[in-house]
Amino acid sequence: MEMIATALPALGQAWALILQPMVLGYLVLGVVMGLAVGVFPGLGGIAGLSLLLPFMFGMDPVLGLALMIGMVAVVPTSDTFASVLMGIPGSSASQATVLDGFPMAKRGEAARALSAAFTSSLFGGLVGAAFLTLFILVARPIVLAFGLPEMLMITVFGLSMVAILAGRVALKGVAAAGLGLLIGTIGEADAGGSLRMSTYDIPYLIDGLQLVIVGLGIFAIPEIVSLLRQDRAISQDANLGAGWADGVRDWFANKWLSVRCSIIGVVVGVIPGLGGSVVDWIAYGHTVQSTRDTSEFGLGNVRGVIGPESSNNAKEGGGLVPTLLFGIPGSGSMAIFIGAIALLGSGDIEVGPSMLRDNLDITYSIVWLLALANVVGTLLCIAASGGIARLTTIRFTYLAPFLFMLIAFAAFQSGQNFEDLLALFAIGLIGVFLRRFDWSRPAFLIGFVLSNPIEKFSNQAVQIASFRFRKSFEEGMEYVFSPIVIVLIVITVLSVVFGLRQAKAIAAEGEVPTGSKRAPVAFLLLIMGYVVAALINANAIPDYNMTDKIVPLVVGGVTLAACLMLMVQMMRRPESDAVFADKEMAGEDADAPHGLWGTLAWFAGLIAATWVVGFILALVGFLLAFFRIRAGCGWGKTLLLSAAGVGFMCLMASALNRDFPPGLLQDAFDLPWPLR
Amino acid sequence: MTKFTRAALAALLAATPFAATAETDLSGETVEWVIPFSETGGSAKWANFFAPLLSEALPGQPTVVVKFMPGAGSTKGANWFHEQENGDGTLIFGSSGSTQFPYLLNDPRVRYEYNDWEPVMATGTGGVAYLEPEAGAKFDGSANALQDIDFIYGSQGATRLDLVPLLAWEMLGMNVEPVFGIKGRGDGRLMFERGEANIDYQTTSGYLGGSADLVEQGQAVAMMTWGALDEDGNIVRDPTFPDLPTFKEVCEATEGCETSGEAWDAWKAFFVAGFPVQKLAFLPKGTDQEVIDTYVAAFETVRNRDDFEQISSQTVGEYPVFVGEGAQRALEQATSVPQGAKDYVKTWLRDSYGVELEG
Repeated sequence: MEMIATALPALGQAWALILQPMVLGYLVLGVVMGLAVGVFPGLGGIAGLSLLLPFMFGMDPVLGLALMIGMVAVVPTSDTFASVLMGIPGSSASQATVLDGFPMAKRGEAARALSAAFTSSLFGGLVGAAFLTLFILVARPIVLAFGLPEMLMITVFGLSMVAILAGRVALKGVAAAGLGLLIGTIGEADAGGSLRMSTYDIPYLIDGLQLVIVGLGIFAIPEIVSLLRQDRAISQDANLGAGWADGVRDWFANKWLSVRCSIIGVVVGVIPGLGGSVVDWIAYGHTVQSTRDTSEFGLGNVRGVIGPESSNNAKEGGGLVPTLLFGIPGSGSMAIFIGAIALLGSGDIEVGPSMLRDNLDITYSIVWLLALANVVGTLLCIAASGGIARLTTIRFTYLAPFLFMLIAFAAFQSGQNFEDLLALFAIGLIGVFLRRFDWSRPAFLIGFVLSNPIEKFSNQAVQIASFRFRKSFEEGMEYVFSPIVIVLIVITVLSVVFGLRQAKAIAAEGEVPTGSKRAPVAFLLLIMGYVVAALINANAIPDYNMTDKIVPLVVGGVTLAACLMLMVQMMRRPESDAVFADKEMAGEDADAPHGLWGTLAWFAGLIAATWVVGFILALVGFLLAFFRIRAGCGWGKTLLLSAAGVGFMCLMASALNRDFPPGLLQDAFDLPWPLR
Repeated sequence: MTKFTRAALAALLAATPFAATAETDLSGETVEWVIPFSETGGSAKWANFFAPLLSEALPGQPTVVVKFMPGAGSTKGANWFHEQENGDGTLIFGSSGSTQFPYLLNDPRVRYEYNDWEPVMATGTGGVAYLEPEAGAKFDGSANALQDIDFIYGSQGATRLDLVPLLAWEMLGMNVEPVFGIKGRGDGRLMFERGEANIDYQTTSGYLGGSADLVEQGQAVAMMTWGALDEDGNIVRDPTFPDLPTFKEVCEATEGCETSGEAWDAWKAFFVAGFPVQKLAFLPKGTDQEVIDTYVAAFETVRNRDDFEQISSQTVGEYPVFVGEGAQRALEQATSVPQGAKDYVKTWLRDSYGVELEG
């Protein structure tokens, strides 16, 4: 009661702060800027926020908050465009949306998928805000109840989603997830600093691979290459059948699913340290488990869009709890947000434990500004979706070079190394083959995302648990098997059992034909080769750094075992078995007019030319050559499209104050921007 | 402000070439302030705070933008900066304790040389260690009664700033087991709040932002600060926490802990490099004296703003901002660690944590 007595007046003050024309104006401005940045895959909220930072100094706190929150809130909304229309995960928040959203776009239902996604986002954001208004008052002890064993179990629960997304051959899913986990361990270990599959001679690998690059490589490149080979529009249907009203109706028909997934989003978002990058997968898993007929998942089931999209905006709200209550950012953009708050006004708003006591009105303003920004952003997105959905009717050959340009730029922003482009290409190649041989790409990505948390939490939990066990057995057991852990174990086991039962029905890659044995076996041998190399490499780490080698060894061992079992299956089964899935044997990939290598060579050419003459000059050559030769355009169109691409790239880079990858030419000569 | 800080400031002011003739005009230019960390860290906050103030104070009011170049524990950005030679005043670089420590420990990734660069500004911070209440009750200004307790500490890694607290606790004879791999001191505090760790330390801003509250509510007991430096390089009480003893005082009161000798020299050397001179702003090697003077004068103006003390409370705290020759002296203090101290720390890192550093 006392709680409500303090909360209500603060809530009133918060609304009084928000509902001023100036504040709302700044909010809309932030939303528009956020949409402009978020539409482009791989850039996301961090790029946008750091753009705003210089203006935050001394700004009126509420105005500054409105501007920043407007920007942050709409990124998980606007990134849906790339996920649904192009099959490119716009940010880590909308990876799962790709699975069903993109097939819908291919079917000509882009507008329907988009509006279902946006409505879900909006609803998720509102549920998140309502939930937070009460929850934030009691959140502290609950957040503190999540210690290392609990976080480890949540991570394991996230990993158990692999069971649902493993695809038709479960072993392949396990091996793909294992490979993702192993690739996630590349670089310097957090605990002891040992190097895994890297050397000091290649500094790039020491920091490990970035999620942006792996996400784009695994999902975007294979789709772009495949569509480009077929030389047609994304949508097989020239007229976009289902419109945006259908999407809203779809959402309404599944409103309870949306509620449940929103709650999942808030709850997982609240827990610090997970960063919420698995929320959408957990929501997707829940969606599949709670649907009777799963045959359509992966082929364009609208529920597969509604679930993850309901959760990812709610997650942003949940992420405010650790940020505001503990001063511990739940994500990269929240970290900048904290830094920026210190610059606002006279600098007296301090994020942290005192926030609720001293600034409850500001806290509530933040929560409800977030909700309002969601509303504004969603309305804008729905309004735009009909028009933007037309992109799917354009011949894809006209879009592809721009997409290659955008993802190369986005990849470079993650580390500002030329190696970022090489890594993108290498991961893209893995993605192309995973897709071709029907190894679950979602499983790979889940493995990669959870690699670091699994390793970190298990090492730390074991260290602290052994400490408790040394004191007394009871204390150790109490620490390891807390009630939360037990509940999570039960949920995980149930999820795996249900998941395996339903997994066979989900064909994330659609129907995949089978053919000869040679290519699938060769790919398996390649994977095994890497796993063995990683195992040998991890084993070479001295034993006193056990924390750095134990996870690669265990994961590598399991992956190798899965690969060996696959090998046995391959030896025993006939060529027509699903284990020999190969997209090059029949279907749209096999019938495509252009070859795989020839198409990839265009992207490789862009990267190679960048290495020599830098990105912008390489881009000029790439666009000209591509439109003229591959797309067969006349010179007028070629010049126009190329100029548009290069001009747009320069405009965006200068607005975001970003550099382009330099090449050998730039090493030798000092050139003016943007050639620099 | 304490008497000491004021004295230190006065001394530094006197040492600064105040009458630097600022002929360099930067109007219409864009100054890039490169930070070898990501957008999310403390150095980003620091640079973002100073950037608009610097822009106002520089002749011609150029746009000052902060650029982030993270990687390899900040050595990537520092290596890059070392190769830059455009000393026309459009590039400055910010380094932090995390850049200084690998340099001092001859990390194989380090290809930069601090002494080639031109320091123009430096700021420092302090640090506070605290204990869970039960252990805190046994703390009497010495660590004598803390010897039999098993402590757990959430650490970012023994070669980072955490080297300073870890070595201090070991010198006090305390049994502290670090749990490595956390991503920031905030995570360490969370581990402490959850009861998984029972000892922690925070830099001044982190302590004031979160941990001071725990101490007030009796969920933690403040143990000691690392201290601050006076003009002669002696460790004195931290001006922000005048009531807390320094590690030096606690060490003197604790049996078996010496405030002289190899271990002490090593600890002090790394403390100085990590705290009182934590963050430095540099111009590239070979920059014209005229440009250097312009920047020194600009930072001087920033420091002398009437509202500086108020607006800087969260980023700088009650610690002096060194400018010009003061920054030069600060750099010397931070990077001239005797070989004996380096060897001691390297041996200790190898024996206690199995960290091998070549060189």
